[in-house]
Amino acid sequence: MKTLEELMALRDAAKANLTARDDSTELTRVVVGMATCGIAAGARPVMNKFVEETAKRNLTNVTIAQTGCIGMCQYEPIAEVMVPGKEKVTYVQLTEEKVARIVVDHLVNGNPVVEYTVGAIAK
Amino acid sequence: MRELSLNVLDIAQNSVRAEASLIKIELIENTKTKTLKISVSDDGKGMTAEQLLKVKDPFFTTRTTRKVGMGIPLFRMAAEMTGGSFDIESTPGAGTKTTAVFRTDHLDFTPIGDMCSTVITLVTMNLHIDFVYVRQVDDKSFTVDTRQLKEILGDVPLNEPSITAWLKDYITENTKQFTEV
Repeated sequence: MKTLEELMALRDAAKANLTARDDSTELTRVVVGMATCGIAAGARPVMNKFVEETAKRNLTNVTIAQTGCIGMCQYEPIAEVMVPGKEKVTYVQLTEEKVARIVVDHLVNGNPVVEYTVGAIAK
Repeated sequence: MRELSLNVLDIAQNSVRAEASLIKIELIENTKTKTLKISVSDDGKGMTAEQLLKVKDPFFTTRTTRKVGMGIPLFRMAAEMTGGSFDIESTPGAGTKTTAVFRTDHLDFTPIGDMCSTVITLVTMNLHIDFVYVRQVDDKSFTVDTRQLKEILGDVPLNEPSITAWLKDYITENTKQFTEV
């Protein structure tokens, strides 16, 4: 059974890790719509997949955040990816599988997955 | 909503937007009376009597991106279709408490689903807000309070991957011992 004592040990390990982080790079922001429309369409697993995949790949320059209704409820789950100096990319009708590909192609390699964007789907 | 845990996530988002600093989520189940009481309470900005009257109406919302607000009506419907009840109390400047009672033996009872995932999402996405999560089944209960966790963690955030993973296991292990039949 997990205990609070274990948390203390993890804290000490995490502390060492935190100080080693490089703060000089600009952050890429991923924002997931988490209003009623987003949640009902599956935003929770989508959000968790972004968190999980970026943690697994140690992408410390990426922050994942939530927002309210983006205004295109029929295309939820929606996520916006904002890379510094680049145009915002809006991904729609997301699934965990799509998120895994976005993390590799877009966040790691810098190539937006055009076929999952609002421009490609909302035709 | 496919799971009540998603309704809870949605209702708690209202508390986040009401600028709460403490949000308490309770799921209290009684296997004898076959009821489940879910409440979400916060210390946010609250609502006036007038807003409180309108809030159960799907065509009332304070947002500007769309004209409908389905969160509260959906949660209310999920409770009432099991023969349960629904209530919201609110005081401007003091906070809001939303309570739904479900009949767990009713055909239309929606499964609770993945509450752990709801709590993790809320906690890690709102680091500036404290959460208390209580899961009780008859006389057995489990409580997690982020104020206590933050005291242990100091300046290490709850969204640090190793800490989030621990919290997930901590909640899952401590609740499954009495929630699984």
